[in-house]
Amino acid sequence: MKLNVTIGKYYPADSILHRLDPRVKLASTFAFIILLFVANDFWGYLLSGVSIFSVMLLSKIPLKFIFKGLRAVIFIILFTVVFNVFFVHGERVLFEFWIVRVTLEGVFTSIRLASRLVMLVLASSVLTLTTSPLQLTDGIEYGLKPLKKIGVPAHEIAMMMTIALRFIPTLMEEVDKISKAQMARGAEFDTGNIIDKAKAMVPLLVPLFISAFTRAEELAMAMEARCYRGDVGRTRMKVLKYTKSDYISSVLMVAFGSAIILIRVLL
Amino acid sequence: MSIEMIKIILLYFAFCVTLIMVIFVEMVKTNNLVFKYSRYNAESDEKEYFSALKDVNLSINKGEFIAILGHNGSGKSTLAKHMNALLTPTEGVVYVKGLNTKDENNTWEIRHLAGMVFQNPDNQIVAAVVEEDVAFGVENLGVPSEEIRERVDDALKWVNMYDFSKNTPSLLSGGQKQRIAIAGILAMKPECIIFDEATAMLDPIGRKEVMQAVIRLNREEGITVIFITHHMDEAVLADRVVVMEDGEIVLDDVPKKIFCQVEKLKSLALDVPQVTELASLLIKKGINLPNDIITIDEMADYLCRLK
Repeated sequence: MKLNVTIGKYYPADSILHRLDPRVKLASTFAFIILLFVANDFWGYLLSGVSIFSVMLLSKIPLKFIFKGLRAVIFIILFTVVFNVFFVHGERVLFEFWIVRVTLEGVFTSIRLASRLVMLVLASSVLTLTTSPLQLTDGIEYGLKPLKKIGVPAHEIAMMMTIALRFIPTLMEEVDKISKAQMARGAEFDTGNIIDKAKAMVPLLVPLFISAFTRAEELAMAMEARCYRGDVGRTRMKVLKYTKSDYISSVLMVAFGSAIILIRVLL
Repeated sequence: MSIEMIKIILLYFAFCVTLIMVIFVEMVKTNNLVFKYSRYNAESDEKEYFSALKDVNLSINKGEFIAILGHNGSGKSTLAKHMNALLTPTEGVVYVKGLNTKDENNTWEIRHLAGMVFQNPDNQIVAAVVEEDVAFGVENLGVPSEEIRERVDDALKWVNMYDFSKNTPSLLSGGQKQRIAIAGILAMKPECIIFDEATAMLDPIGRKEVMQAVIRLNREEGITVIFITHHMDEAVLADRVVVMEDGEIVLDDVPKKIFCQVEKLKSLALDVPQVTELASLLIKKGINLPNDIITIDEMADYLCRLK
């Protein structure tokens, strides 16, 4: 088994979006997703659609790469569409057959929900494609700092993510080793039906968990030996700093948000 | 004699004493150290108490390179963990540069003074990028950002891993990972580094890399090195060897005087360096050799003289 683990799906390229501060990107994506739920008419959706599309073009990532992200949720989208088409009952009936009644309102609702979902997925794909996991972690740590006052463990969350990222390849190697060892004793991992396969995972998962706990204990000791005591008196080597493009994009984001809200209120 | 004179003499005396204390200060000192731990016994449904360390008295001077030998379960790792306050004594005291490890106010100062490199390179690397991992310890000390950058770069250059600073540690070899762990400690500027079987999981090339770094740490940087191992060839390089058995120190001397006791070491289930064993076998056969040969070079030298 060739171990080629890519975490997230970061697509390295040289674009304005890649260089943006992760905090700005995180906050913008978050705001965009909320605004998607604020917008509820054609103009709001058009504006969001145009914005996300121009951001996608700015990211210099091949479009088909971004749309790949939709594949994972295609089922949910179809499900939503079908349900809404058949179960939202309105005034203007398009056609009726036995107990099935499709109305214009139903079609509109499903289109609206589907486009909302598509844009939601596209926005988060752009975030993960343009931001490496490490930057994301830093962004989360710095971005959550103000929330520490209300008890959000910002540093701990970021440290957990860092360690998780660090140990994914190590644990993958371990899985490989254990599965080979079990195969050598006659374990079969890819025969039988789905229940057999699930059962076959037990002799793989139990040793994996045990070794993960041992590792965790040793790591904790090594971290303590290196004076780790949470974020008490801790400084960082790399400090995130806002640049001009970060301010510009924040202003744009605020403008976009106001526009969406205005459309909702006025129209 | 005037009072002034006495004052000056007293002052001079005090100055000398301080100077001596500064120069010859003991890096680590243990007094009657005992460490007990309990383990639940399922059969008798009772807690059992074990002594991992029984009355250990050891003093390690500043700048020394000391190897601690012993087979599994002899208490050598437990002893090491007492030297940077990861464990605290059940009885007795441990001082690290005069600081008592039992006092919790000293804990962070002690861990700063005495860094530790562990056995499994995979389980002591925290970050997914080499330079971030080296920075981890320094970040914990609260050093300003620019200085962290400098220290990290210097430490990576020192262990010859600067070219890998942006790599992910999982793609490196064991020896390289251990060198990064050393860099991570070195960047914290400690006065003493404890290696807890740091070469046990490495291949011969990795071991050589790490050993070279360890020797340089001691000779070039003047850092006190406490090296726990069960490889005799590594212990030979130290200034002083301490042999542990069942939680007690049984031998404590320079390597030459330790390794010439072939029979004694064998009885402690320890090996002697191959050349030393060879020398003792040759002596038994009546060949005229000294019994304290511990390196291959020495052996070659003496064998050539026989002619």
